[in-house]
Amino acid sequence: MDKHIKLPLTEELAKTLHAGDNVYLTGVIYTSRDAGHKRMCETLARGEKLPIDPQDATIYYVGPTPAKPGKVIGSAGPTTSYRMDAYAPTMLSVGARGMIGKGARSEEVIDAMKKYSGVYFGAIGGAGALLAKCIKSAEIVDYEDLGAEALRKLYVEDMPLVVVIDSYGNNLYETGRKEYLDNHI
Amino acid sequence: MSIREVSAALITDTIERMCIEANEYLPEDVKCALARFYDEEDGAVAKTVLKNIIDNYEIAAAEQVPICQDTGMACVFIELGQDVHISGGDLYEAINEGVRRGYTNGYLRKSVVRDPINRVNTGDNTPAAITVDIVPGDKVKITVAPKGFGSENMSAIRMFAPSAGLEGVKQFILETAEKAGPNPCPPMVLGIGIGGTFDKCAQLAKRALLRPLDSENPDPFYADLEKEMLDKINELGIGPQGFGGRTTAIGVNIEVMPTHIAGLPCAVNMSCHVTRHKSEVL
Repeated sequence: MDKHIKLPLTEELAKTLHAGDNVYLTGVIYTSRDAGHKRMCETLARGEKLPIDPQDATIYYVGPTPAKPGKVIGSAGPTTSYRMDAYAPTMLSVGARGMIGKGARSEEVIDAMKKYSGVYFGAIGGAGALLAKCIKSAEIVDYEDLGAEALRKLYVEDMPLVVVIDSYGNNLYETGRKEYLDNHI
Repeated sequence: MSIREVSAALITDTIERMCIEANEYLPEDVKCALARFYDEEDGAVAKTVLKNIIDNYEIAAAEQVPICQDTGMACVFIELGQDVHISGGDLYEAINEGVRRGYTNGYLRKSVVRDPINRVNTGDNTPAAITVDIVPGDKVKITVAPKGFGSENMSAIRMFAPSAGLEGVKQFILETAEKAGPNPCPPMVLGIGIGGTFDKCAQLAKRALLRPLDSENPDPFYADLEKEMLDKINELGIGPQGFGGRTTAIGVNIEVMPTHIAGLPCAVNMSCHVTRHKSEVL
Protein backbone atom coordinates (compact mmCIF):
# COMPACT_ATOMS: atom_id res chain seq x y z
CA MET A 1 0.00 0.00 0.00
CA ASP A 2 1.37 3.45 -0.95
CA LYS A 3 1.31 6.11 1.77
CA HIS A 4 2.48 9.72 1.73
CA ILE A 5 3.72 10.61 5.20
CA LYS A 6 4.42 14.04 6.70
CA LEU A 7 6.91 14.11 9.56
CA PRO A 8 7.28 14.33 12.56
CA LEU A 9 6.50 10.69 13.20
CA THR A 10 4.04 10.85 16.07
CA GLU A 11 2.99 7.74 17.94
CA GLU A 12 -0.44 7.97 16.32
CA LEU A 13 1.08 8.11 12.83
CA ALA A 14 3.58 5.32 13.58
CA LYS A 15 0.73 2.99 14.51
CA THR A 16 -0.90 3.41 11.09
CA LEU A 17 2.18 2.02 9.34
CA HIS A 18 2.53 -1.68 8.57
CA ALA A 19 5.39 -3.86 7.35
CA GLY A 20 5.33 -3.94 3.56
CA ASP A 21 3.81 -0.47 3.11
CA ASN A 22 5.44 1.69 0.44
CA VAL A 23 5.97 5.07 2.04
CA TYR A 24 6.91 8.47 0.61
CA LEU A 25 8.33 10.51 3.45
CA THR A 26 8.32 14.32 3.57
CA GLY A 27 9.79 16.50 6.31
CA VAL A 28 12.84 16.88 8.54
CA ILE A 29 15.06 13.90 9.29
CA TYR A 30 18.49 13.65 10.94
CA THR A 31 21.51 11.68 9.77
CA SER A 32 23.66 9.60 12.08
CA ARG A 33 25.60 6.37 11.89
CA ASP A 34 28.20 4.47 13.95
CA ALA A 35 30.34 7.22 15.51
CA GLY A 36 27.45 9.70 15.85
CA HIS A 37 25.24 7.19 17.65
CA LYS A 38 28.07 6.30 20.00
CA ARG A 39 28.52 9.97 20.83
CA MET A 40 24.79 10.61 21.33
CA CYS A 41 24.45 7.65 23.68
CA GLU A 42 27.50 8.78 25.65
CA THR A 43 25.91 12.24 25.95
CA LEU A 44 22.68 10.69 27.27
CA ALA A 45 24.63 8.48 29.69
CA ARG A 46 26.20 11.60 31.19
CA GLY A 47 22.70 12.99 31.69
CA GLU A 48 23.25 15.77 29.14
CA LYS A 49 20.98 16.98 26.36
CA LEU A 50 21.34 15.83 22.74
CA PRO A 51 22.18 18.35 19.99
CA ILE A 52 18.76 17.51 18.45
CA ASP A 53 15.29 17.18 19.95
CA PRO A 54 14.73 13.42 19.72
CA GLN A 55 10.96 13.53 20.29
CA ASP A 56 9.20 11.92 17.31
CA ALA A 57 12.41 12.28 15.30
CA THR A 58 13.43 10.07 12.39
CA ILE A 59 17.09 9.16 12.00
CA TYR A 60 18.58 8.18 8.65
CA TYR A 61 21.58 5.86 8.91
CA VAL A 62 23.72 7.45 6.19
CA GLY A 63 27.16 8.87 5.60
CA PRO A 64 26.78 10.85 2.37
CA THR A 65 29.52 11.69 -0.10
CA PRO A 66 30.50 15.38 -0.11
CA ALA A 67 28.24 17.71 -2.11
CA LYS A 68 29.70 18.90 -5.40
CA PRO A 69 29.59 22.70 -5.85
CA GLY A 70 26.00 23.88 -6.29
CA LYS A 71 24.54 20.62 -5.00
CA VAL A 72 22.66 19.99 -1.73
CA ILE A 73 24.37 16.70 -0.97
CA GLY A 74 26.32 13.93 -2.70
CA SER A 75 25.29 10.30 -2.96
CA ALA A 76 23.18 9.40 0.08
CA GLY A 77 21.92 5.83 0.41
CA PRO A 78 21.43 3.89 3.65
CA THR A 79 24.14 2.09 5.58
CA THR A 80 23.69 -1.34 7.22
CA SER A 81 21.57 -0.88 10.33
CA TYR A 82 22.70 -3.68 12.65
CA ARG A 83 25.74 -1.62 13.58
CA MET A 84 23.36 0.85 15.27
CA ASP A 85 21.52 -1.94 17.17
CA ALA A 86 23.59 -1.31 20.30
CA TYR A 87 22.35 2.30 20.38
CA ALA A 88 18.85 2.18 18.89
CA PRO A 89 16.95 1.11 22.05
CA THR A 90 18.47 4.09 23.92
CA MET A 91 17.47 6.46 21.11
CA LEU A 92 13.93 5.02 21.05
CA SER A 93 13.70 5.41 24.84
CA VAL A 94 14.23 9.18 24.58
CA GLY A 95 11.55 9.62 21.93
CA ALA A 96 13.19 9.01 18.55
CA ARG A 97 10.68 6.94 16.61
CA GLY A 98 11.72 6.48 12.98
CA MET A 99 14.84 4.73 11.71
CA ILE A 100 15.86 4.55 8.05
CA GLY A 101 18.49 2.03 6.99
CA LYS A 102 18.88 -1.37 5.41
CA GLY A 103 19.36 -4.87 6.74
CA ALA A 104 18.29 -6.92 9.73
CA ARG A 105 17.71 -5.63 13.31
CA SER A 106 18.22 -7.41 16.63
CA GLU A 107 15.49 -8.75 18.89
CA GLU A 108 16.40 -6.03 21.41
CA VAL A 109 15.72 -3.31 18.85
CA ILE A 110 12.43 -4.89 17.77
CA ASP A 111 11.33 -5.20 21.43
CA ALA A 112 12.16 -1.52 21.99
CA MET A 113 10.23 -0.60 18.81
CA LYS A 114 7.15 -2.39 20.16
CA LYS A 115 7.55 -0.71 23.54
CA TYR A 116 8.06 2.84 22.19
CA SER A 117 6.07 2.55 18.92
CA GLY A 118 9.09 2.77 16.66
CA VAL A 119 9.16 2.18 12.91
CA TYR A 120 12.05 0.83 10.83
CA PHE A 121 12.04 1.95 7.21
CA GLY A 122 14.18 0.35 4.50
CA ALA A 123 15.72 2.52 1.81
CA ILE A 124 17.30 0.85 -1.20
CA GLY A 125 20.89 0.07 -0.31
CA GLY A 126 23.29 1.20 -3.01
CA ALA A 127 20.80 3.65 -4.53
CA GLY A 128 22.60 6.73 -3.23
CA ALA A 129 22.25 8.81 -6.41
CA LEU A 130 18.49 8.18 -6.63
CA LEU A 131 17.84 8.86 -2.94
CA ALA A 132 19.90 12.08 -3.00
CA LYS A 133 17.33 13.57 -5.39
CA CYS A 134 14.72 13.57 -2.58
CA ILE A 135 16.97 15.61 -0.29
CA LYS A 136 16.11 19.27 -0.68
CA SER A 137 18.31 20.78 2.04
CA ALA A 138 21.13 19.62 4.27
CA GLU A 139 22.93 21.34 7.14
CA ILE A 140 25.36 20.12 9.77
CA VAL A 141 23.90 20.34 13.27
CA ASP A 142 26.89 18.99 15.23
CA TYR A 143 29.80 16.51 15.25
CA GLU A 144 31.37 18.19 12.22
CA ASP A 145 34.69 16.54 13.10
CA LEU A 146 33.17 13.17 12.12
CA GLY A 147 33.12 14.18 8.43
CA ALA A 148 30.69 11.92 6.55
CA GLU A 149 29.36 10.80 9.94
CA ALA A 150 28.47 14.34 11.14
CA LEU A 151 24.98 14.93 12.56
CA ARG A 152 22.99 16.51 9.71
CA LYS A 153 19.49 17.89 9.45
CA LEU A 154 17.89 17.06 6.10
CA TYR A 155 14.64 18.13 4.53
CA VAL A 156 13.33 15.34 2.31
CA GLU A 157 10.44 15.28 -0.13
CA ASP A 158 8.69 12.05 -1.06
CA MET A 159 11.61 9.89 -0.03
CA PRO A 160 10.74 6.36 -1.28
CA LEU A 161 10.88 3.86 1.57
CA VAL A 162 9.40 0.55 2.59
CA VAL A 163 8.22 -0.21 6.12
CA VAL A 164 10.40 -3.19 7.00
CA ILE A 165 9.55 -3.57 10.69
CA ASP A 166 6.46 -1.91 12.11
CA SER A 167 5.60 -0.89 15.68
CA TYR A 168 3.82 -4.23 16.16
CA GLY A 169 7.01 -6.19 15.40
CA ASN A 170 5.97 -7.45 11.96
CA ASN A 171 9.05 -7.96 9.79
CA LEU A 172 9.03 -7.79 5.99
CA TYR A 173 12.40 -9.56 5.80
CA GLU A 174 10.67 -12.62 7.23
CA THR A 175 7.24 -12.34 5.62
CA GLY A 176 8.53 -11.25 2.17
CA ARG A 177 10.89 -14.19 1.95
CA LYS A 178 8.31 -16.63 3.25
CA GLU A 179 5.75 -15.41 0.76
CA TYR A 180 8.19 -15.92 -2.12
CA LEU A 181 9.15 -19.41 -0.95
CA ASP A 182 5.52 -20.43 -0.36
CA ASN A 183 4.60 -19.41 -3.89
CA HIS A 184 7.66 -20.56 -5.82
CA ILE A 185 9.66 -23.32 -4.22
CA MET B 1 66.30 -6.28 -23.59
CA SER B 2 65.35 -2.72 -22.80
CA ILE B 3 63.76 -1.36 -19.69
CA ARG B 4 60.68 0.82 -20.13
CA GLU B 5 60.31 3.88 -17.95
CA VAL B 6 56.89 4.62 -16.48
CA SER B 7 56.65 7.69 -14.33
CA ALA B 8 55.17 7.63 -10.86
CA ALA B 9 53.30 10.83 -11.80
CA LEU B 10 51.50 9.01 -14.64
CA ILE B 11 50.42 6.29 -12.23
CA THR B 12 49.11 8.91 -9.79
CA ASP B 13 47.15 10.76 -12.50
CA THR B 14 45.70 7.50 -13.86
CA ILE B 15 44.58 6.27 -10.46
CA GLU B 16 43.05 9.65 -9.58
CA ARG B 17 40.85 9.48 -12.69
CA MET B 18 40.08 5.77 -12.28
CA CYS B 19 38.87 6.21 -8.67
CA ILE B 20 36.34 8.79 -9.81
CA GLU B 21 35.18 6.88 -12.91
CA ALA B 22 34.89 3.58 -11.03
CA ASN B 23 32.56 5.23 -8.51
CA GLU B 24 30.34 7.04 -11.03
CA TYR B 25 29.98 4.49 -13.84
CA LEU B 26 28.87 0.93 -13.18
CA PRO B 27 30.80 -1.66 -15.26
CA GLU B 28 28.96 -2.98 -18.33
CA ASP B 29 29.03 -6.59 -17.12
CA VAL B 30 27.15 -5.66 -13.94
CA LYS B 31 24.64 -3.58 -15.92
CA CYS B 32 23.99 -6.54 -18.25
CA ALA B 33 23.50 -8.91 -15.32
CA LEU B 34 21.03 -6.50 -13.67
CA ALA B 35 19.08 -6.13 -16.93
CA ARG B 36 18.88 -9.89 -17.37
CA PHE B 37 17.65 -10.53 -13.83
CA TYR B 38 15.19 -7.64 -14.07
CA ASP B 39 13.63 -9.30 -17.14
CA GLU B 40 13.44 -12.68 -15.41
CA GLU B 41 12.13 -11.45 -12.04
CA ASP B 42 8.38 -11.93 -11.64
CA GLY B 43 7.66 -10.51 -8.17
CA ALA B 44 6.15 -7.01 -8.25
CA VAL B 45 8.10 -5.68 -5.25
CA ALA B 46 11.34 -7.32 -6.39
CA LYS B 47 10.93 -5.91 -9.90
CA THR B 48 10.34 -2.39 -8.54
CA VAL B 49 13.49 -2.59 -6.43
CA LEU B 50 15.55 -3.77 -9.42
CA LYS B 51 14.09 -0.95 -11.51
CA ASN B 52 15.18 1.56 -8.86
CA ILE B 53 18.65 0.04 -8.82
CA ILE B 54 18.89 0.42 -12.61
CA ASP B 55 17.53 3.99 -12.44
CA ASN B 56 20.10 4.74 -9.76
CA TYR B 57 23.17 3.84 -11.80
CA GLU B 58 21.74 5.76 -14.76
CA ILE B 59 21.26 8.88 -12.59
CA ALA B 60 24.79 8.46 -11.22
CA ALA B 61 26.30 8.39 -14.72
CA ALA B 62 24.15 11.25 -16.05
CA GLU B 63 24.79 13.54 -13.09
CA GLN B 64 28.28 12.30 -12.24
CA VAL B 65 27.35 11.39 -8.70
CA PRO B 66 28.74 8.28 -6.99
CA ILE B 67 26.46 5.27 -7.59
CA CYS B 68 26.65 4.45 -3.87
CA GLN B 69 27.59 6.73 -0.99
CA ASP B 70 29.98 4.06 0.24
CA THR B 71 32.71 4.85 -2.25
CA GLY B 72 34.68 2.16 -0.52
CA MET B 73 38.16 1.34 0.50
CA ALA B 74 40.22 1.71 -2.67
CA CYS B 75 41.45 -1.76 -3.59
CA VAL B 76 44.21 -1.26 -6.15
CA PHE B 77 45.78 -4.16 -8.04
CA ILE B 78 48.93 -3.59 -10.05
CA GLU B 79 50.35 -6.05 -12.55
CA LEU B 80 53.82 -4.70 -12.97
CA GLY B 81 55.78 -5.89 -16.00
CA GLN B 82 59.24 -6.98 -14.94
CA ASP B 83 60.76 -4.88 -17.72
CA VAL B 84 59.29 -1.68 -16.29
CA HIS B 85 61.18 0.83 -14.20
CA ILE B 86 59.03 3.18 -12.13
CA SER B 87 60.75 6.53 -12.24
CA GLY B 88 60.37 9.69 -10.23
CA GLY B 89 58.93 8.27 -7.04
CA ASP B 90 57.82 5.40 -4.84
CA LEU B 91 55.19 3.18 -6.50
CA TYR B 92 53.11 2.76 -3.34
CA GLU B 93 53.20 6.49 -2.59
CA ALA B 94 52.22 7.20 -6.22
CA ILE B 95 49.18 4.93 -5.83
CA ASN B 96 48.15 6.48 -2.51
CA GLU B 97 48.57 9.99 -3.93
CA GLY B 98 46.25 9.03 -6.79
CA VAL B 99 43.67 7.74 -4.32
CA ARG B 100 44.08 10.87 -2.15
CA ARG B 101 43.49 13.16 -5.16
CA GLY B 102 40.69 11.06 -6.63
CA TYR B 103 38.71 10.93 -3.40
CA THR B 104 39.30 14.61 -2.66
CA ASN B 105 38.86 16.13 -6.14
CA GLY B 106 36.08 13.69 -7.06
CA TYR B 107 33.95 14.46 -3.97
CA LEU B 108 34.07 10.82 -2.92
CA ARG B 109 33.54 9.76 0.67
CA LYS B 110 36.54 9.36 2.92
CA SER B 111 35.83 6.09 4.67
CA VAL B 112 39.19 4.98 6.05
CA VAL B 113 40.25 5.13 9.72
CA ARG B 114 43.95 5.08 10.63
CA ASP B 115 43.60 2.49 13.37
CA PRO B 116 40.95 -0.24 13.62
CA ILE B 117 40.48 0.23 17.37
CA ASN B 118 41.07 3.95 17.89
CA ARG B 119 39.26 4.91 14.68
CA VAL B 120 40.32 8.36 13.56
CA ASN B 121 39.51 9.08 9.91
CA THR B 122 42.58 9.67 7.74
CA GLY B 123 40.60 12.34 5.88
CA ASP B 124 41.65 11.36 2.36
CA ASN B 125 40.65 7.68 2.03
CA THR B 126 44.27 6.51 2.16
CA PRO B 127 45.88 4.14 2.53
CA ALA B 128 44.60 2.06 -0.36
CA ALA B 129 44.56 -1.74 -0.12
CA ILE B 130 47.38 -2.39 -2.60
CA THR B 131 48.35 -5.67 -4.25
CA VAL B 132 51.32 -5.79 -6.63
CA ASP B 133 52.15 -8.74 -8.86
CA ILE B 134 55.27 -8.90 -10.97
CA VAL B 135 54.42 -10.26 -14.42
CA PRO B 136 56.34 -10.72 -17.70
CA GLY B 137 56.46 -7.79 -20.13
CA ASP B 138 56.86 -4.04 -20.10
CA LYS B 139 53.32 -2.89 -19.29
CA VAL B 140 51.62 -1.79 -16.09
CA LYS B 141 48.03 -2.96 -15.65
CA ILE B 142 46.09 -1.04 -13.03
CA THR B 143 42.79 -2.22 -11.58
CA VAL B 144 40.83 -0.04 -9.19
CA ALA B 145 38.00 -1.74 -7.28
CA PRO B 146 36.39 0.48 -4.64
CA LYS B 147 34.89 -1.90 -2.06
CA GLY B 148 31.99 -0.99 0.20
CA PHE B 149 31.89 -2.50 3.65
CA GLY B 150 28.16 -3.18 4.02
CA SER B 151 28.83 -6.25 1.91
CA GLU B 152 32.49 -6.73 2.90
CA ASN B 153 31.36 -7.29 6.52
CA MET B 154 29.22 -10.25 5.38
CA SER B 155 32.26 -12.12 4.01
CA ALA B 156 33.53 -15.34 5.58
CA ILE B 157 36.40 -17.80 5.41
CA ARG B 158 36.50 -21.38 6.62
CA MET B 159 39.37 -23.87 6.84
CA PHE B 160 37.72 -27.20 6.00
CA ALA B 161 39.21 -30.63 6.42
CA PRO B 162 39.54 -32.23 2.95
CA SER B 163 36.84 -34.76 3.93
CA ALA B 164 34.27 -31.93 3.81
CA GLY B 165 34.75 -32.00 0.04
CA LEU B 166 32.59 -30.33 -2.56
CA GLU B 167 29.44 -30.67 -0.46
CA GLY B 168 31.05 -28.83 2.47
CA VAL B 169 32.11 -25.99 0.21
CA LYS B 170 28.67 -25.71 -1.42
CA GLN B 171 26.96 -25.70 1.96
CA PHE B 172 29.30 -22.98 3.25
CA ILE B 173 28.70 -20.72 0.23
CA LEU B 174 24.95 -21.09 0.57
CA GLU B 175 25.03 -20.58 4.32
CA THR B 176 27.13 -17.40 3.93
CA ALA B 177 24.62 -15.95 1.46
CA GLU B 178 21.68 -16.88 3.66
CA LYS B 179 23.27 -15.46 6.80
CA ALA B 180 24.05 -12.21 4.98
CA GLY B 181 20.35 -11.93 4.10
CA PRO B 182 19.27 -8.33 3.55
CA ASN B 183 22.50 -6.80 4.94
CA PRO B 184 24.85 -6.67 1.92
CA CYS B 185 22.32 -4.81 -0.31
CA PRO B 186 21.13 -7.81 -2.34
CA PRO B 187 21.22 -8.64 -5.18
CA MET B 188 24.66 -9.80 -4.14
CA VAL B 189 27.77 -10.77 -6.07
CA LEU B 190 29.89 -13.50 -4.50
CA GLY B 191 33.62 -13.79 -5.05
CA ILE B 192 34.78 -17.22 -3.95
CA GLY B 193 38.27 -18.52 -3.34
CA ILE B 194 38.94 -22.22 -2.90
CA GLY B 195 42.38 -23.57 -2.01
CA GLY B 196 45.73 -21.96 -1.24
CA THR B 197 46.62 -20.90 2.29
CA PHE B 198 44.45 -18.86 4.68
CA ASP B 199 45.65 -15.54 3.23
CA LYS B 200 45.86 -16.60 -0.43
CA CYS B 201 42.34 -18.01 -0.25
CA ALA B 202 40.91 -14.68 0.94
CA GLN B 203 42.79 -12.91 -1.83
CA LEU B 204 41.44 -15.34 -4.44
CA ALA B 205 37.94 -14.44 -3.30
CA LYS B 206 38.68 -10.74 -3.71
CA ARG B 207 40.23 -11.31 -7.14
CA ALA B 208 37.16 -13.32 -8.19
CA LEU B 209 35.16 -10.08 -7.78
CA LEU B 210 37.35 -8.39 -10.40
CA ARG B 211 36.33 -10.90 -13.06
CA PRO B 212 33.42 -9.74 -15.25
CA LEU B 213 30.07 -11.38 -14.44
CA ASP B 214 29.64 -12.50 -18.05
CA SER B 215 32.85 -14.54 -17.85
CA GLU B 216 33.25 -17.98 -16.35
CA ASN B 217 36.00 -20.02 -14.73
CA PRO B 218 38.06 -21.61 -17.56
CA ASP B 219 37.76 -25.02 -15.89
CA PRO B 220 34.33 -26.45 -16.88
CA PHE B 221 34.00 -28.08 -13.45
CA TYR B 222 34.21 -24.71 -11.69
CA ALA B 223 32.20 -22.94 -14.40
CA ASP B 224 29.38 -25.42 -13.66
CA LEU B 225 29.82 -24.86 -9.93
CA GLU B 226 29.48 -21.08 -10.46
CA LYS B 227 26.15 -21.64 -12.28
CA GLU B 228 24.90 -24.17 -9.75
CA MET B 229 25.65 -21.91 -6.77
CA LEU B 230 24.03 -18.90 -8.44
CA ASP B 231 20.87 -20.96 -9.05
CA LYS B 232 20.89 -22.33 -5.49
CA ILE B 233 21.33 -18.85 -3.96
CA ASN B 234 18.45 -17.64 -6.08
CA GLU B 235 16.23 -20.29 -4.53
CA LEU B 236 16.74 -18.78 -1.04
CA GLY B 237 13.94 -16.28 -1.61
CA ILE B 238 15.79 -13.36 0.00
CA GLY B 239 15.32 -11.25 -3.12
CA PRO B 240 16.36 -7.69 -3.96
CA GLN B 241 17.00 -5.78 -0.71
CA GLY B 242 15.74 -8.81 1.24
CA PHE B 243 12.08 -7.96 0.56
CA GLY B 244 11.53 -11.40 -0.99
CA GLY B 245 12.01 -12.54 -4.59
CA ARG B 246 14.13 -14.61 -6.92
CA THR B 247 17.03 -12.23 -7.51
CA THR B 248 19.17 -12.70 -4.41
CA ALA B 249 22.44 -12.77 -6.39
CA ILE B 250 23.45 -11.67 -9.89
CA GLY B 251 26.82 -13.36 -9.99
CA VAL B 252 29.05 -16.04 -8.48
CA ASN B 253 32.71 -16.08 -9.54
CA ILE B 254 35.02 -18.81 -8.32
CA GLU B 255 38.82 -18.81 -8.36
CA VAL B 256 40.91 -21.78 -7.23
CA MET B 257 44.53 -22.63 -6.51
CA PRO B 258 46.53 -25.62 -5.26
CA THR B 259 46.45 -26.28 -1.54
CA HIS B 260 48.01 -28.48 1.15
CA ILE B 261 47.23 -32.22 1.52
CA ALA B 262 45.65 -31.42 4.91
CA GLY B 263 43.54 -28.44 3.85
CA LEU B 264 40.51 -27.18 1.96
CA PRO B 265 40.21 -23.43 2.58
CA CYS B 266 37.16 -21.63 1.22
CA ALA B 267 36.56 -17.88 1.33
CA VAL B 268 33.48 -15.94 0.29
CA ASN B 269 34.02 -12.24 -0.38
CA MET B 270 30.58 -10.70 -0.41
CA SER B 271 29.78 -7.85 -2.76
CA CYS B 272 26.66 -6.08 -3.95
CA HIS B 273 24.92 -4.81 -7.09
CA VAL B 274 27.44 -1.94 -7.08
CA THR B 275 30.43 -4.21 -7.73
CA ARG B 276 32.95 -1.77 -9.13
CA HIS B 277 36.10 -2.65 -11.04
CA LYS B 278 37.98 -0.71 -13.65
CA SER B 279 41.20 -1.68 -15.42
CA GLU B 280 43.66 0.17 -17.64
CA VAL B 281 47.00 -0.73 -19.13
CA LEU B 282 49.89 1.76 -19.25
